[in-house]
Amino acid sequence: MNRFVLLVNAFLLLFVMPGEAQVPKGSYGPVALVGATAHTITDGIIENCTIILRDGKIEAIGSNVSAPADVRVIDCKGLHVYPGFIDGGTRLGLTEIGSEPRTLDYNEVGNVVPQMRALTAVNPNSALIPVTRVNGVTTVLAAPSGGMLSGTAALINLHGYTPDQMYAGFEGVVLTFPSTSREGPNDKRKPEEISKAAAKAMKKLNEVWQKAIEYNKLDSALGDNKPDYYPELIALQPVIQGTMPLIIEVNGAGDILSALEWVREKEIARVILSGVREGWRVAGKIAEAGIPVITGKVLTLPDRAYDRYDRAYANPGLMRKAGVTVALRTNEAYNVRNLPYNAGVAAAHGLGKEEALRAITIVPAQIFGVADRLGSLETGKDATLFVCDGDPLEPATNIKYLFIKGWDIPLVSRQTLLYDEFLHREPGLQTHD
Amino acid sequence: MKVLRWQIVIALLVTFPMAATAQPDVGDVLIRNGTLLTVTNGTLENTDLLIRKGKITAIGKNLTAPEGCRVIDATGLFVMPGIIDAHSHIALEAINEMSSPLTPEVRMRDALNPLDISIYRALAGGVTTIQTLHGSANAIGGQSVVMKLRYGTLNPTELIFEGAPRGIKFALGENPTRVHGAGHNMVPRTRMGVEFVIRSALTEAREYQKKWDEYNEQKMKRGFRGAPPEYDDRLETLAEILRGNIIVHCHSYRADEIVMIMKVCRDFGIKKLVLQHANEGFKVAPEIAAFGAMASVFSDAWAYKFEVYYSTAYNAAILTRNGVLTSINSDDPGVIRHLYHEASKTLKYGGLSRDEALALITINPAKQLGIDNRVGSLEVGKDGDVAIFRGHPLSIYTVPVMTIVDGIVRFDREKDPDDMRIYVDPEERFDQSGFEVPEGYHDCLGTATETFHQLFESH
Repeated sequence: MNRFVLLVNAFLLLFVMPGEAQVPKGSYGPVALVGATAHTITDGIIENCTIILRDGKIEAIGSNVSAPADVRVIDCKGLHVYPGFIDGGTRLGLTEIGSEPRTLDYNEVGNVVPQMRALTAVNPNSALIPVTRVNGVTTVLAAPSGGMLSGTAALINLHGYTPDQMYAGFEGVVLTFPSTSREGPNDKRKPEEISKAAAKAMKKLNEVWQKAIEYNKLDSALGDNKPDYYPELIALQPVIQGTMPLIIEVNGAGDILSALEWVREKEIARVILSGVREGWRVAGKIAEAGIPVITGKVLTLPDRAYDRYDRAYANPGLMRKAGVTVALRTNEAYNVRNLPYNAGVAAAHGLGKEEALRAITIVPAQIFGVADRLGSLETGKDATLFVCDGDPLEPATNIKYLFIKGWDIPLVSRQTLLYDEFLHREPGLQTHD
Repeated sequence: MKVLRWQIVIALLVTFPMAATAQPDVGDVLIRNGTLLTVTNGTLENTDLLIRKGKITAIGKNLTAPEGCRVIDATGLFVMPGIIDAHSHIALEAINEMSSPLTPEVRMRDALNPLDISIYRALAGGVTTIQTLHGSANAIGGQSVVMKLRYGTLNPTELIFEGAPRGIKFALGENPTRVHGAGHNMVPRTRMGVEFVIRSALTEAREYQKKWDEYNEQKMKRGFRGAPPEYDDRLETLAEILRGNIIVHCHSYRADEIVMIMKVCRDFGIKKLVLQHANEGFKVAPEIAAFGAMASVFSDAWAYKFEVYYSTAYNAAILTRNGVLTSINSDDPGVIRHLYHEASKTLKYGGLSRDEALALITINPAKQLGIDNRVGSLEVGKDGDVAIFRGHPLSIYTVPVMTIVDGIVRFDREKDPDDMRIYVDPEERFDQSGFEVPEGYHDCLGTATETFHQLFESH
C-alpha cells in the first residue's frame, strides 16, 4: 500500500470514527449536472438535460445547455433530477427525543404565545436533520404546537450552521382552532364536555383577536408613541395587517366549517389551513373559500370508526378533485424523511402522481410565498434539488446527489454511519472460555 | 321449574363443547392468472392458485374450478401470502396489567375483542395473521395470542390460531423501569434491576418445577403417600417457559440489554427467544445470530425516546446480512395496514432483494411464531391465507384489493361498504371526529410524553 492510499484511508476514517457526532460537511462550487432527465414540475420533463448550478442558484437548465469549462461536471445519464421536497408541517429542529422534555422546544407554556418564534429554537445540529435530507426532503416548516396560538412557525432549509443560515424566507403564526374532536386515545371526555371546552376556547380566541385588532388601530393612531408592550398582540400584528399568513390547524369537518366562517367574519387576509384530516367531507366549502390546505400525514388512520379504511390516504385526492389547493406534510419530526412515501400513497389513492409531486414542491412553495426561489427547476431559482436513480416516491429509489442552495451535501447521516460501522462489525463475535 | 332447570343443563351440555371446539369457517376459492409471489419459491407469472376447504390444494397453470367454487380473476394482479404481524396490540380490551413487574399468569386471550374495527383495517392492508401481545410495562408480562383475522365472528375463540405455540411478553429497559421504578418506587428502576427481577423469577420457577418433577416421579412409585406441591399459575407459566413450551418475545432496544437477556436465557436453558423491536439489535447482530435468537423490528421508527435515539433504518438489513432471522412488525393499528410498505423500505436501507423484503412480513414472522408449517408462503398444503394487490406490494403505488383467510374473502375493496363495524357504540356521536395518533405512539406503552403523563395520572 503506498503512502497516498494510506493517507486517503486515514482521511476517510475521520468520517466513520465511532462516536463521531456530526456528518461530513458540504462543498460549494459551480456544478453541471449533465444528461439527466429533469422533472421541472412547472415546465414538464426535459430529457438529456444539463443543469448549471452556480452561486447557489440554477444558472441554466435545458437540453441545449452545455457545461462551461470552469464547472465540475457530474454525469447524470440515466438519472433523474427533482426540486427538493418541501414538508408543509413538521417539528423538525424543535425536538430531539420524544420522551425527554428537555429536548422538546415546540410547546411553550401558555395558551396564547404567538410571540414564540420557532426560528429561535431550531437546532441546526439536530441528528434528525441529516436523516431527513438524505431522502430528498430539503425544506420544512418547523412549527410550534400545543396551545391555541402556540407560536410562529418558520420555513427552514435542512442545511446551515445557524437558524438564520437555514431560514428559507417564510414565517406564519400558528392557530390551533378550538376543536370539538377528541384529542387522543386517552381523551375520555363526554361529548358535552368537549363542546363546552371548545366554546370556552372560541370565546378566548375571539377576545384575543378583538384585542389584536384594537392594538393595531391604537398602534397606527399613536404613530411614534408606541402603546404598552403586549408581546402576544405585537406578534399578531403582521397577521392583522395581512403581511403574514395565519396557519390554522383544524381537522374535524365541523371545525373546518367553523374555521372558514371565523376567517370570513374576522376578514383575515391571508390564511392557510393545516391538518384538515376531514377536509374530504367539506371539500367543496374549502374550495369555495379559496383557502389553500396543507394536509397530512397521509399514512394514518381514518378519524371515525365508521369511515372507510383508506380515507386518510384518499383525503388529499378528494380535496384536490373538489378544487382545493393541496400541499402535503408529515406532521412529524423523526420520520419527516417519509414525506415522499406519504405523497406516493396519496398519488395511488386518487391524487395522481403529478399532483402528488406538486403537493411537495411547487404548491407548498407558492403557499409559503417562496415560489420565486423554491419548488421547481427553473433558471434563477435556488439550487435546491436532488439527483436520483428512479421515481423518488418509490422506496426502492436511491438518491445520488443532493444540493441545498448550491451546497453539495454528502448523503451521510448518523443512520448511514451506523450502517457502515455495523454491517460487518469489528471485532465480530468473540467467544470466551 | 325443575323441568326448566334440566332444560338449561341439557342446553349447556349440548352447546358448551361446541363452543369450546369451534371450527372456523373455511372456503373454496380459485384465484386465476395472477402473478404469484410465493416467498419460498420465487415469482410465478400467470399462475392459478386453488384453495379448497381453507387449504391451498394446487398451484399451477389452467387449473379448473370445482363446482360451486368462487373464481377470482387476478389477471394483472399480484398474489402473495397473507401478511403476518408478529407484534400487535389490536383486538384487545386491555393491554398492560401493571400491578406487578411480573404477570406471566395474565392471558391476552381473556381480553380478546372480536369487534375491534382495527381487525378489518388490518385485513384491508393484506394482513391475515397477527400476534397480539401484552404491553411492555412489566419485566415479565402476560401471555400473547396468535390469531387469524376472521373478522365477522362474534366469538373471540374463533379468532385464535388453532395449535399455535404459546408466547409470552418480556420487557427490558425504559418501560418497565419507568412504570415500576419511577412510577411505583419499586425494583426495577434500572436495567440492573430488570435482570434481577427476571433471574429471580426464573430461579423460583426452576425450584417449583423441580418440586413438581420430583412429585410426578414419586407418585408413580408404589406406596407413595405424599401430597402434590401447591399449584401456582405464575410459577407454572414460567416453568412452561423453562420446559421450552412457551416462546419468549422480549421487548428490548439497547445492545447491552439484548446481550443480557440472551445470557439469562442461556443460563436457564431457554432457547426460544424472539427479540421484539431490537432497535440496537444491529449492534450485536453476531451475538444474536450465535445464540439463535430472532428479531422482529420496526422499519424506521426512532428517536421517540432515548433508548431508540441511536437507531438506524438499516437495522433489518444488517440483522439479515448477519444471519439473524428478522421480521418487520407494526406495534400499531395504523402501521399494521401498510406492512408491505414498511418492508419495501429495506430495498433502500441496505438493499435487500424483493424476496428478502417480502419474507420480513410473511415466512419470517411465521417462523418466529412457530406457525411456518401453516402460513407464511404460497405452498400446497398451507392455509388458504392470501393477499391480492393491484401493483407490486413493494411499490408505493400498490393498493390491496382483496384479503382471504382460510379460503374466505374477508376484505374486498370493490364490494365492501365504507362502514364495516360489527358493533355500533350507542354512546358514540356520529358527527364527532376522532384523533390522530401522535408520532411515536406505540401501543406497547404509549411512548409520547403526553401519554406518559396520563399513564402516571391513572396511578
